[in-house]
Amino acid sequence: MPDDPPDQSDQLAVTDKLARLRRFTSARIALGRAGSGQLTATGLRFMLDHARARDAVHATLDFDSIGQSLRERDWSVVHVRSAAADRAEYLRRPDLGRRLSPSGHLVIVGQPCCYDIAIVAADGLSTSAIAINLLPLLDHLRPLLLAQSLAIGPLVLAEQGRVAIGDEIGELLGAKLVVVLIGERPGLSAADSLGAYITWRPRIGMMDSSRNCVSNIRPAGLSPEDAAMQIVSVIELAFKHAVTGVQLNDLRGADPIRAVNFDTK
Amino acid sequence: MSYHTTINGTRWSFHDLKTLLAKASPARSGDALAGVAAQSAIERVAAQMALADLPLKTFLNVDLVPYEEDEVSRLILDSHDLTAFEPVSHLTVGEFREWLLDTRTTTSHLTALAPGLTPEMAAAVSKIMRVQDLIVVAAKCSVITAFRNTIGSVGRLSTRLQPNHPTDDSRGIAASLLDGLLFGVGDAVIGVNPATDSLQDYMRIVGLLDNVRERLDVPTQTCCLGHVTTAIRAINLGAPVDLVFQSIAGSEKANRGFGISLSVLAEANDAALSLARGTVGHNVMYFETGQGSALSADAHFGIDQQTMEARAYAIARRFKPLLVNTVVGFIGPEYLYNGKEITRAGLEDHFCGKLLGVPMGCDVCYTNHAEADQDDMDALLTLLSAAGVTFVIAVPGADDVMLNYQSLAFHDILYARQTLGRRCAPEFEDWLERMGLADVDGRLLEPAASGAIGPAIALIETMKAG
Repeated sequence: MPDDPPDQSDQLAVTDKLARLRRFTSARIALGRAGSGQLTATGLRFMLDHARARDAVHATLDFDSIGQSLRERDWSVVHVRSAAADRAEYLRRPDLGRRLSPSGHLVIVGQPCCYDIAIVAADGLSTSAIAINLLPLLDHLRPLLLAQSLAIGPLVLAEQGRVAIGDEIGELLGAKLVVVLIGERPGLSAADSLGAYITWRPRIGMMDSSRNCVSNIRPAGLSPEDAAMQIVSVIELAFKHAVTGVQLNDLRGADPIRAVNFDTK
Repeated sequence: MSYHTTINGTRWSFHDLKTLLAKASPARSGDALAGVAAQSAIERVAAQMALADLPLKTFLNVDLVPYEEDEVSRLILDSHDLTAFEPVSHLTVGEFREWLLDTRTTTSHLTALAPGLTPEMAAAVSKIMRVQDLIVVAAKCSVITAFRNTIGSVGRLSTRLQPNHPTDDSRGIAASLLDGLLFGVGDAVIGVNPATDSLQDYMRIVGLLDNVRERLDVPTQTCCLGHVTTAIRAINLGAPVDLVFQSIAGSEKANRGFGISLSVLAEANDAALSLARGTVGHNVMYFETGQGSALSADAHFGIDQQTMEARAYAIARRFKPLLVNTVVGFIGPEYLYNGKEITRAGLEDHFCGKLLGVPMGCDVCYTNHAEADQDDMDALLTLLSAAGVTFVIAVPGADDVMLNYQSLAFHDILYARQTLGRRCAPEFEDWLERMGLADVDGRLLEPAASGAIGPAIALIETMKAG
């Protein structure tokens, strides 16, 4: 005769108590268990979050439609590609994602020179970050920049781009400063996070320590309005001190701007 | 000096030792990114054949990174023990593989050999070993360390509990910590990656971890994985630091990128030892490494990433650490592209570490832009457990909400204990039994059996935010 099935009430009681601690963390605590395994529902929930992150990395972004929306908002838009031919090469060869393709180079060289600020929007590691956050962020950012009487270059959409592609673009456009808006590496809890990397006097070969970053821009994170204000405050400081990166952090003292994200650099 | 082999009348040449090692490396994206990988499958095997015929003592005569320019190279050659090397000094790399696999080569032989091996020798032989070779030899190695418990005995698998929180909130850290303890996780270390590198945060986190450990009387050690210089400052201010952590890599230049040198590590080691907080042993350092870290700092000198990784273990063993782990899938797909590459690299790192006498663990993990998933992690955990890995890392539900990557879940540790029979450190096992969390055989009980949980939850709920 088989043993009685296990009584799960004790375990549930503990799980319920532990579950009260969920309000202190987004970590997946108090999951319960089935033997050594996860419960079916929590296991599938994890798979869903991973699927969302994978799709954010691999989905193709409709740059034409984004460009159209930007033009309707009076942006002058330029669309270029990095030297990475496709997503697989982009993931394996970050060096190629940091440089313009030959045709992209020609397009940028053909633009008029020189600006206070160049803005680059790159898909980076999350296409959904750009699809969801770019337009709302720019809607808030643009009036703030114009209020400072800053000359803004054409908005460059960079396909398969890494942060450092902004160095080449900013240098070719003769910009004093470049802002790269880029999809951050998706996590399970947030697959749509946008980062803004700000670099003074961009040129090819810059160190990541010479950039400042405003991170976690997404509906459930840093709002587009707050992000725009933070970006502009970094830009103001950069123009005042003619520097970005750790040197700007040193000048700011106790409130360092977040270090650059290792993954999209 | 060039190296060559002939296959069916075609002569394959490799113009120096680092080229030979790189071309002989099993395929991975990082070596392709560095432009050092074999150009074809046949070229790779040709390099492996030439490498197999290479006398092991070649590595004592050829500098991969110049001795004069690199303190890691100086450490490797200056600390090499010729007497310990003697039993294998006449062998080629291929013969050395067979010597390692020979059943007459036992744990005591391998322990005695470790100081006689250089990282380059370990890396070289690993390149001509299959996964099962890497497992069978590593399983024969024994590296035992101790602080408040004993890590690395036969049949044991320890775990780092990693209760990270996006903003280092004390209650959030404590919540994940308690969740992990209830799964019997945390005997290797309870270690938090801080979100900032401020001294104030470091002090608070170390204090928090020590407080929880003391209240629950857990025979384990804690660590805040801030920068080594932050740890030194905290120790000088009286912080209760058990283990000092640092990321290390295989060249002086790469370590400079981490803001460290051998002398800074020595200073930190001395500072932690001065506190004399260990009860059953005095291994006070904790290091992390990972293939690709030297390349990402442009400090690889044209050497393949697996050889550079093994060189980091020479630094580790110099300081007799309690724990070392590779963060194998964390560095990204530009270095290890998919589950297959991550799996192989994790086993190589573990093998090389153990062969060199390092208490080697592994963060079985991946990022969302790598071609990998939990199935790959299950496989790697199973293989590493078979290889006798010293410890692995676990987080709630496999999701690290601070570093945004996937490691093992607490559940996965139960799987390894149940299916593979691996037990935690003996002192920790006794504590689990005392607390009513496990039975006398180390099997986890339903946690309601413990009376300590209610008070622990109440404690966390009354803690200050921040």
